[in-house]
Amino acid sequence: MAEQTASNKPVVATISLAGCFGCHMSLLDIDDRIVQFIDLFELNKSPVNDIKKFTKRAHVGLVEGGCCNDENVKVLRYFRENCDVLVSVGACAGNGGLPALRNKMPLQECLVEAYLDAPTAELGKAIIPYDEELPKLLDRVYPCHEVVKIDYYMPGCPPSAEVFWDTLTSVIKGQGFDLPVELIKYD
Amino acid sequence: MPKITFKIDGKQCTAEDGQNLVEAAADNHVYIPTLCHMKGEKCLGTCRVCMVKVNGKDMAGCTLSVSEGMEVTFDTPELNDKRKALIEMLFVERNHFCPSCEKSGRCDLQALAYRFKMHIPRFRYRYPFFEVYSKVDKLMLEHNRCILCQRCVEFIRDPDTNRKIFSMRNRTNKSMIQVDYRLANKMSEEQIDKAVAICPVGAIIKKGQGFDEAYGQRKYDQHPIGYEVDGGTNSK
Repeated sequence: MAEQTASNKPVVATISLAGCFGCHMSLLDIDDRIVQFIDLFELNKSPVNDIKKFTKRAHVGLVEGGCCNDENVKVLRYFRENCDVLVSVGACAGNGGLPALRNKMPLQECLVEAYLDAPTAELGKAIIPYDEELPKLLDRVYPCHEVVKIDYYMPGCPPSAEVFWDTLTSVIKGQGFDLPVELIKYD
Repeated sequence: MPKITFKIDGKQCTAEDGQNLVEAAADNHVYIPTLCHMKGEKCLGTCRVCMVKVNGKDMAGCTLSVSEGMEVTFDTPELNDKRKALIEMLFVERNHFCPSCEKSGRCDLQALAYRFKMHIPRFRYRYPFFEVYSKVDKLMLEHNRCILCQRCVEFIRDPDTNRKIFSMRNRTNKSMIQVDYRLANKMSEEQIDKAVAICPVGAIIKKGQGFDEAYGQRKYDQHPIGYEVDGGTNSK
């Protein structure tokens, strides 16, 4: 494969919102192709290299996890502004996943159950945490595509390393995104 | 029974006169997906995923009987997209969280979504609230996953009285399955296993038996749904 200089390599960025970083683990699971990955792509803002802010525009942004608080929404919009193609990665980004189990009940009930009525809560002293530094929880967990425009979806919890590789390579080549049936899994 | 000939997408097929279309198609190696129809059982016509076009009309394939010279359209982009949309509507209607479901990998709804290459439903998720019903000794009803196909309503009956054990309650988006817990507590192990097996999703769960098959070895991990009918030739 022709060696590409840092300036003309496709730029990839990743982020984990209300997720568990399982999808990032799965991305790292591409084994020895990680060497090819470094040859083919340039990684910009990502938890992997700890770049906090975009230093240049990204071609592909991979978003793991849905939006459960205002910080998530802010970061997701920041990604949309700075990425040409935004890919929703995994079950949480697609339908809220496990965090979205709270969507069935009001937020107040969840907080009371977790902080006030919890078996380990200290009687009389338990409070629901609040501080302006803490992100504000949303009324429910929103899938990414209900907040910003998403271009492609990778199903799976997490999507397998093959799905990551297939998606990244085909999106970069500008090809249509057509996963083979055996790679589509929701669990 | 006299043999008749009919056509599916121009393919010449033979079947017995009056045979159910879905079953006749399967005998001719054409897999028409269904979530409610079961071979040899009476037609329910609830899921509509078996939609085909006959005489210019979209109809549920499982409600039709084949007749001489019948021309059925099945595999067109338009019909495939309609079927896919129906599957997607089932996904957004209730809370289908595959990673936490006991039936994942053995679920007909999930397997059909794989077959239709659904990445995400095109519709907005509803996130309704349904409580899990667990008053029956050996069964749980997880309404959040129910697609209201009514297989359990029709095909699981009390052996002594032939009364229905499961039935429908409410209307519109509040419709749900309910269970007569007195009759359900009398169900035999085999009948419970049958109820769990015929449920196309993970709505009927046997207590004390959860994730008992390893990832990769479950029913639809090996082959996509409909493989035994069409050998994997028709991907839709």
